[in-house]
Amino acid sequence: MSVIYIILPLALLMALGGIIAFIWATRRGQFDDLDTPPNRMLFDDEE
Amino acid sequence: MVPDLAQSIAPTAAEAVECAHCRLPVPAGLIDPSHENQFCCNGCRTVYDVIHGCGLETYYRIRDTVDADPLPARPAGHAYEEMDNDVFLDANTAQRSDNHRTVALYLEGVHCAACVWLVERLPRVLPGVLEATLHIRESVVRIAWDPQKVALSRIARMLNSLGYPPHPVRNADRATRRRDEDRRFLIRIAIAGACAGNVMLASFALYGGFFNGMAAEFEALFRWLSAGLGVVSLLWPGAVFFRGAIAAIRTQTAHLDLPIALGLTVGTITGLVNTILQRGEIYFDSLTVLVFLLLVGRWVQHRQQRWASDAVELLFSLTPTAARRIEGDTVRTVPIEALQPNDLVQVRAGDNVPVDGIVTDGTSTIDQALLTGESRPFPIAAGQSIYAGVTNLSSPLTIRAQTAGAQTRVGRLMQLVEEWSQRKAPIVRLADRIAGWFVAAVLLLALLTFVLWMRQDTVRAVDQAIALLIVTCPCALGLATPLAMTVALGRAAQRGILIKGADTLERLARPGLICFDKTGTLTAGRMSVVEWVGDETVRPLTAALEAHSSHPVASALTQLVPDDHQLSLQATAVQETPGAGIRGRVDGRSLLIGSERYLAENGVTLPPTIARAAETLTARALSPVYISQDDVVVAVAGLGDPLRPDTSAALSTLRVGGWDLRLLSGDHRVIVSAIATELEIPADDAVGECTPERKRDWIDGAASAGPVVMVGDGVNDAAALATADVGIAVHGGAEASLAAADVYLRTPGLSAILDLLSAARSTVRAIHVGLAVSLAYNVVAASLAIAGIINPLIAAILMPLSSLTVVAIAFGAQPFGDLPKPAAASGTATGEVQGAPSFRVGDAFRNGVGPPG
Repeated sequence: MSVIYIILPLALLMALGGIIAFIWATRRGQFDDLDTPPNRMLFDDEE
Repeated sequence: MVPDLAQSIAPTAAEAVECAHCRLPVPAGLIDPSHENQFCCNGCRTVYDVIHGCGLETYYRIRDTVDADPLPARPAGHAYEEMDNDVFLDANTAQRSDNHRTVALYLEGVHCAACVWLVERLPRVLPGVLEATLHIRESVVRIAWDPQKVALSRIARMLNSLGYPPHPVRNADRATRRRDEDRRFLIRIAIAGACAGNVMLASFALYGGFFNGMAAEFEALFRWLSAGLGVVSLLWPGAVFFRGAIAAIRTQTAHLDLPIALGLTVGTITGLVNTILQRGEIYFDSLTVLVFLLLVGRWVQHRQQRWASDAVELLFSLTPTAARRIEGDTVRTVPIEALQPNDLVQVRAGDNVPVDGIVTDGTSTIDQALLTGESRPFPIAAGQSIYAGVTNLSSPLTIRAQTAGAQTRVGRLMQLVEEWSQRKAPIVRLADRIAGWFVAAVLLLALLTFVLWMRQDTVRAVDQAIALLIVTCPCALGLATPLAMTVALGRAAQRGILIKGADTLERLARPGLICFDKTGTLTAGRMSVVEWVGDETVRPLTAALEAHSSHPVASALTQLVPDDHQLSLQATAVQETPGAGIRGRVDGRSLLIGSERYLAENGVTLPPTIARAAETLTARALSPVYISQDDVVVAVAGLGDPLRPDTSAALSTLRVGGWDLRLLSGDHRVIVSAIATELEIPADDAVGECTPERKRDWIDGAASAGPVVMVGDGVNDAAALATADVGIAVHGGAEASLAAADVYLRTPGLSAILDLLSAARSTVRAIHVGLAVSLAYNVVAASLAIAGIINPLIAAILMPLSSLTVVAIAFGAQPFGDLPKPAAASGTATGEVQGAPSFRVGDAFRNGVGPPG
């Protein structure tokens, strides 16, 4: 069962990675506008 | 009406022609068989040509796939020179590097996904534009450009000719601050969620061990893990509640953060002590989930309110930013900020006056409805004072500026509005009032439980007291109000009712005194023909002749026949005498339209029947305009500002609902009492000739007797709207009234007020039910804890149950959903309201205060 001492910190590290990624995305403004991108992606190919 | 004439002109449904740009039907008179494409107006034609000229035809294909609502394009006739002025650039744009500036522009006319595509093709069309990003809900485009390669005015002209007249966004700093605040809030939720999720996982392990046995070593590990994550969740995202609680203690007000912070503190300390001593319950699973849920609840509510106030604030961008300054022999457009006292400013017919000052040259009529609520045009000549915000109607004026910007009468009025908005005491929410008692009761009960159990067993006493604290957690109490409010605000927004503060709904739940402004609120706010006495057949001729004048009386008379008729008739030899009348030949007949004096000057006298009809019209506060055909007066039109179609029905519904109605108007006494009689409001309850200041004082006086609701639309109502307990700004209102009001109606007519009031009642009912359920639950659970029937573990499992119940109640309530339809009786009015759900913010300005710029 002592494997838990490796797995548990590893799981926590992964969670931490997720949080850091989220904070980074938020600060980059990824969640500022949730209305336009779903429209924009429809016409990305149109020129 | 002449039936055969109508049939020969109006197209039948089968052959209706669509506008090539906006797909609305093209009026028969505008159809040009020699062209392939037909347009409903010049705006659409211009935009269509520009789009094709730039090779952006794909727009039409995209627009057809997204199924957008048809919307005619209305480019403004404006060169935007002021945008190249250094003063303007410093105030409204940001320098990123030597050849890189950014600006945020509010666009009128953005309505569908294809607009996003079109606006964001700007860099391809205009070399020098580096990037264009449109936010579709806000209608704000952020543009990065190289000032050395392209001028901002050029970009603005291009946006305008694509059908999106741009306006610089005011308060850009505030927007940035809010955006950062939103981001911090999101990050807090993410951390609270991550902590809660991981603590939950650890708890599953612990619960498993509780039933099946677990090595002490691992149990300690999971307990320490829970404690660590719990403390992180509490100290970082949970800190909001502690800050709220501290603020509540400082200001000595009851606030829900107080019991929440208390519950969190007690739970954490006990949990930590138990973790260290390796005995008893740790509560971190409940605590972290509590922090997460409360934050999510607040976020959702915050988003709704933010959205409403942002939408309203953006309307400020539509106020004129430029003035035409006379510099020697030339006239230059400069931003308002650059104006100095004693500058000479030119105001063209149809433009808004940008400064307070004295008219030095020119004779014209002005529309002061924005300032005084007076619906009749007002004559003005050299030497008279004129105020910023009024509209110049008939001919150009030169004005010597005295003050501009914040120092003008409108500016001072706005300051008044701001002061009164701040002075308005926030109502103590029901939940907060309960919270105070709740905390006291829970603490007292916990103490009682402890003392009672103390005599048997100290450890048991601590356990029971904690079980009580956990099970009576104010989670449900804290969630009931924000959730019910959020549901209501969201549904209100879908119905076109923007509510800026959630407590507004609580104030509107019980009937009280409701005051109405007249011009623009009860009435349509512009001149139209209310009564026509005499020959019906001259109506199309009258309309055709009046189409040659831009006077408001003329535009009322051109509405005499539907759009597609008048274009078939052409007037010739038109001669207008400003302020008196107009003459010309239409369809082989000589027409003379104007006041009694104008007719007398031209040797035409009134027959007795017409004179009698005119007397009746005057008694009803309508202005008579005479129509003479071949030197014989054949008809008289009664012009006035008619009631909106649903006004009567809405007011009687309010009266039945127990509301006390009042009329406060800046218009002339005679007009006000005529309207009051029509609406069955007693003469004593209708106050005429109110200055903005008097309106405010009146509301202030009435407010001491009980809650007052004010409904208005103009700058002259702004101070009153801010002073009233709830200010409601109606569709088409001036920006100042939108800022002052707590509620803004985006659909025309008053029936939205009825929806709002009944939704307020059902929302407050849902809150009461939610609070009652959570209190009842707490009473039962507390009794069980005191009696020793539940231990802390069961308490922790029971706690979320009450929250879930409250959530179910909040979402089960149907504000705006199960409305009785009292306005249905008024037929067309209801149809109009329901038929306009796709209204966009820009319309308020367009329909209300005239063309921008």
